Amino acid sequence: MNNDMDTNNQPLAIKATGLVKCFGKHRAVNGIDLAIPQGTVYGFLGPNGAGKTTTMKILATLLKPDEGQAKVMGHDLIKEADAVRSRVSLTGQFASVDEDLNGIENLILIARLMGYPSRSAKKRASEILEAFGLQDAAKRQVKKYSGGMRRRLDIAASMIVRPDLLFLDEPTTGLDPRSRNQIWDIVRALVSTGTTVLLSTQYLDEADQLADRIAVIDHGKIIAEGTSGELKASVGSGVLHVRLLDPSTRDRAQQLLSEALSAPVHLSSDPVALSAQLTRTKAASEALAALDANQIEVSQFSLGQPSLDEVFLTLTGKRADSEKQKEGAKS
Amino acid sequence: MTKMRAALVEQERPPCPNGIATSLAFAWRALLKIKYIPEQLLDVTFFPVMFTLMFTYLFGGALAGSTSQYLQFLIPGILVQTVVFTTVYTGVSLNDDISKGTFDRFRSLPIWSPSPLVGALIADTVRYMIASIIVIILGLILGFRPTGSILGIIAGIVLVLIFAFSLSWIFTVIGLILQTSKAVMGISMTLLFPVTFASNIFVDPATMPGWLRTAVNINPVSLLTTAVRALMGGHTAFTEIVWVLIASAVLMLIFSPITMYLYRNKH
Ligand SMILES: Nc1ncnc2c1ncn2[C@@H]1O[C@H](COP(=O)(O)OP(=O)(O)OP(=O)(O)O)[C@@H](O)[C@H]1O
Ligand SMILES: [Mg+2]
Repeated sequence: MNNDMDTNNQPLAIKATGLVKCFGKHRAVNGIDLAIPQGTVYGFLGPNGAGKTTTMKILATLLKPDEGQAKVMGHDLIKEADAVRSRVSLTGQFASVDEDLNGIENLILIARLMGYPSRSAKKRASEILEAFGLQDAAKRQVKKYSGGMRRRLDIAASMIVRPDLLFLDEPTTGLDPRSRNQIWDIVRALVSTGTTVLLSTQYLDEADQLADRIAVIDHGKIIAEGTSGELKASVGSGVLHVRLLDPSTRDRAQQLLSEALSAPVHLSSDPVALSAQLTRTKAASEALAALDANQIEVSQFSLGQPSLDEVFLTLTGKRADSEKQKEGAKS
Repeated sequence: MTKMRAALVEQERPPCPNGIATSLAFAWRALLKIKYIPEQLLDVTFFPVMFTLMFTYLFGGALAGSTSQYLQFLIPGILVQTVVFTTVYTGVSLNDDISKGTFDRFRSLPIWSPSPLVGALIADTVRYMIASIIVIILGLILGFRPTGSILGIIAGIVLVLIFAFSLSWIFTVIGLILQTSKAVMGISMTLLFPVTFASNIFVDPATMPGWLRTAVNINPVSLLTTAVRALMGGHTAFTEIVWVLIASAVLMLIFSPITMYLYRNKH
């Protein structure tokens, strides 16, 4: 079987093995393997400092890996860096447009750098600007753009010449729901033209919405990989969500639920909400009965598929636990 | 969405651009910035005006007998000093660009990799030219009357530009090494002050102690100032011009590869 193909003989956009990047003693990327088929959206999901940006920078030829190899769009990352660069585009985590220039000037610059002669550069720039709904802000300095507009301009700059592979590093961090939806639409339109997208995010619903497959990254390693359905299934049969009437009863409720379900109970950021994994569905009614018996009033409850949020907590939680156990075994 | 799709799909890939085209595109970008931030020309104007007025009217009489005689001596030196100080902004603006993430995109483009730097330096040369013209006009207003021809004056300016272009590479190195543009500014100024003051820009080194005089005489800034004075005064200081060109070449040969190395490996 060809090395650049996946198991279904699909050509791969990215094939990486054992990528490592150290900053001093810190291993920011600590052995990452990837096989991303062309034409798909692949999500990197992970907390701050997980190594998402570093991995993307390696794959976009901005950083040299200390160990490991990768082929991007069939070209060796190190030996054929120029060929890789001509096929990919990176929209970095921090806006890479020039704040001092206006919208159209930013795009004209990129168009000229991509090889358009001066006049067609202008034409292409305004075409793309219009497609991204920014024509009214064409002559405004990017400094004066809103966060969402800036982000769209940044992605627009990557689209002057449509890349075969686009790296989108946290494209919606800090955006309101409307701007987020706009970006999601852009990603969907882009994928429909055949571009592969590697997207990093801290938002689980974003990965859920857009990504065909997701890699959960923590401490520079992939700790889980699969479709969002597979990741959810790997966590357990379902989740019990409970909302209480009185937030002051939550600690007690947590204790009761974890006894009744013999599973860890997650407190959500909402002060009246808790959730827990179920091993069997019947345990849910027993758990609710336990709350009732202790005069804890429940305003709402539901049984559901685990959300990626819970997947993430479970995965990273487990990891922390197993590390603690290892340490315990040593001492 | 259909409109967006159309915009994304309907296009042919343009041919790969050459290094000159991309460098010029970057120069265009840097020059646009002068349009948006005209303040950056303020230092270029303010510095020479302040130094010329201060030295001419405070010390001119004492140093050269009369202020008007001192002006003939000082203006070519001020030209050198102004342009040499302007080179610092090359490092400062490079550092700014990199810290803003703009360069990450440039570095991921399939272009001749030194072109962002070369483009910035081309634009800076335009800035040096503006500074030179300001100094010469200021001098003419105050009473600078060069005895050389227009060609001599232009040749003097060109020599200054060549040296400044080469010197800029030191500041690109500093701009790439240090973390903040403030630090770049600080270190660069600390380097430049002794180099420009321990020169023959303001006074004839004849009265300096022997060891200092030797240092001043081999300082490339002094050589450049002597060459420019001669060119603007109607003769050619051949030895000095050759030495300035050699110094420029050496600066370029040492610092441009270091710059490129740092630039490629910057994260
Ligand atoms: N240039 C650098 N020098 C030193 N350490 C770095 C550098 N870049 C990243 N790191 C470190 O590497 C680790 C991974 O960083 P990275 O930016 O890849 O994380 P991330 O997953 O993108 O996080 P975030 O969600 O906050 O963007 C962090 O601990 C970070 O401090
Ligand atoms: Mg990041």
